[in-house]
Amino acid sequence: MDHVAELLVLTLAAGTPLVYAALGELVTEKAGVLNLGVEGMMLVGAVAAFVVTATTKNPWFGVGAGIAAGAALSIVFAVLTLTLMANQVATGLALSLFGVGLSAFVGLDYVSVVIEGLQSTSLAALAATSAWSKLAFGHNPLVYLSLALFFAIQWFLYRTRPGLVIRAVGESPQSAHAIGYPVVRIRYLAVLFGGACAGLGGAYLAVAYTPLWVEGMTAGRGWIALALVVFATWKPWRVLAGAYLFGGVTLAQFQAQAGGIAMPSQVLSMLPYIATIVVLAIISRDVATIRLNAPASLGRPFHPDA
Amino acid sequence: MARPVFPVRLEARPEPSRAAGWVSPLIAAAATLVVGFVLFSLLGKNPWQAFHVFFVKPVETLYGVAELLLKAAPLMLCAVGLAAGYRANVWNIGAEGQLTMGAIFGGGLALAFHESTSPFLLPAMIVAGCTGGMLWAAIPAFLRTRFNANEILVSLMLVYVATYTLSLLVHGPWRDPEGFNFPQSKMFGDGALLPNLVAETRLNAGFLLALAAIALGWVFMTKSLVGFQMRVAGLAPAAANYAGISSRKTVWIGMLLGGACAGVAGVDEVAGPIGQLLPSVSPGYGFAAIIVAFVGRLHPLGILFASLLMSLLYLGGESAQMGLALPSAVTGLFQGTLLFFLLASDVFINYRLRVVRRRPVAAQTA
Repeated sequence: MDHVAELLVLTLAAGTPLVYAALGELVTEKAGVLNLGVEGMMLVGAVAAFVVTATTKNPWFGVGAGIAAGAALSIVFAVLTLTLMANQVATGLALSLFGVGLSAFVGLDYVSVVIEGLQSTSLAALAATSAWSKLAFGHNPLVYLSLALFFAIQWFLYRTRPGLVIRAVGESPQSAHAIGYPVVRIRYLAVLFGGACAGLGGAYLAVAYTPLWVEGMTAGRGWIALALVVFATWKPWRVLAGAYLFGGVTLAQFQAQAGGIAMPSQVLSMLPYIATIVVLAIISRDVATIRLNAPASLGRPFHPDA
Repeated sequence: MARPVFPVRLEARPEPSRAAGWVSPLIAAAATLVVGFVLFSLLGKNPWQAFHVFFVKPVETLYGVAELLLKAAPLMLCAVGLAAGYRANVWNIGAEGQLTMGAIFGGGLALAFHESTSPFLLPAMIVAGCTGGMLWAAIPAFLRTRFNANEILVSLMLVYVATYTLSLLVHGPWRDPEGFNFPQSKMFGDGALLPNLVAETRLNAGFLLALAAIALGWVFMTKSLVGFQMRVAGLAPAAANYAGISSRKTVWIGMLLGGACAGVAGVDEVAGPIGQLLPSVSPGYGFAAIIVAFVGRLHPLGILFASLLMSLLYLGGESAQMGLALPSAVTGLFQGTLLFFLLASDVFINYRLRVVRRRPVAAQTA
């Protein structure tokens, strides 16, 4: 049984970057904006967090830098799509390509640098008693923060007035505009929030999960996060469940290798991507549910004059 | 409501401006140069010298020009195939994976008939690569038409799967037994290599394939009925639906064309400059081709020029690495910046700037 607890601890750790990135994208999409640049924002967040941690020796400064970098990159997206009415799909792709290039460029001198990463909580004494107590107390602070973020978003979107306004903007920007809500400004904030979360997810990878910097280290997690939002049919709790499910799948390769299952490492490395495709197909098959739950204006530009 | 902070605002044009559409890539290229100028200065390099190393030095020699065309070929192939889909709002972003699959299929054939000197081997490899790319693109097409799965995400996920498949093959069954355990296949036989076009350079017949793809792409997009239908489907989905244009057919054709072209590009690489299978057969051509397609206005002729520009960025990155001790990652940075500026200046296709005169507040409330 201790093995199960051990596995759950690892699953939570592996799923956390997806939780951050997918929850952020969820809020962005709830406001009707499709930002395909998650991968780029995560990478830029990761490299910023790593570089600042390596320089200041304080991982918390690194986390802050990651959040700021992700948000900064998302502003580029927001200006292009919300002010200049550029195509959201093309701009999102551009953001991902740019983020890959930028992070590789910035991180070049840091590839073999070793940093003191963000340690697990100071409740270590409690956590050390058994595998099960580790499950409750032994996580990285950012894992707890991601859970707090989940509850905050769930409450914000469905229990507060601003949350209602965001959802209204996503469903019908025209109506929201007509009754006087600043649609473009609300969308800016939603995009910014999504960028900050993606940056935080990247920062978690670079300073907490595997404290190191490797070019392209997010390995497609930004894209998986985008898929997760669809799987979850735009519901926060299903995002959370999906993120841990995929965290578990990424662990499968290490577990299989440790367990002596003779399978080439490449086949195991493919698993998360194949799983994403399969689950995406199964969930999307139900066109009615997707159409009912997707924000109605998702991906469509809005110009107040039109 | 907020008053406009700036005395200008965007006003929708009555109809899209064609002129703005063609000028916008030039604006974007100029703006990217300005950013490059600033970036080089910030990095403590003399910007004029850096520009020389980046954009002039690589093409000063015949060999350099040949390299320019050599690198432009896979970009052209991938971009022209992608553009056919993008015109119909079919977003295939997995050309990198389809290219890799093409390399696996074509390269696999070259390894299977290693001793062959048959003149049919090379054409067969191209057909195999084309098929491989199409098969890989058929997966997102099928999942989209049958299960409504988003083709952007599926095609992108398949890039990773294709890369791991290639890695698996060159680490395992296809590894060269005399290769000192390096993850690489045997060098292809002479019958499996594309013939050279210009002596003393690496330019090969793959460039002609790319030009042919551009020409065929032009005929398909501007002269054929299916090409026209796909354009309608992209511009006005509701009208296309009403006119009886099948959206399934649009998705299938858009994806398959992209896969076919990318697959040929994969054969181009392994039967050309590489000459064997390696764990990685492309420095991101399939992704750069997305930028090429947009900068080229999704038009074959535009793609021809855009791929040369993008190829120059690749060469410039290599040259900067040697001549300026700058990382070649600078290339990716320039590619992304170029696309950003393009998307930004594209706003003038559908909108124009209007100076807003400040009127008395009373009049403004009307």
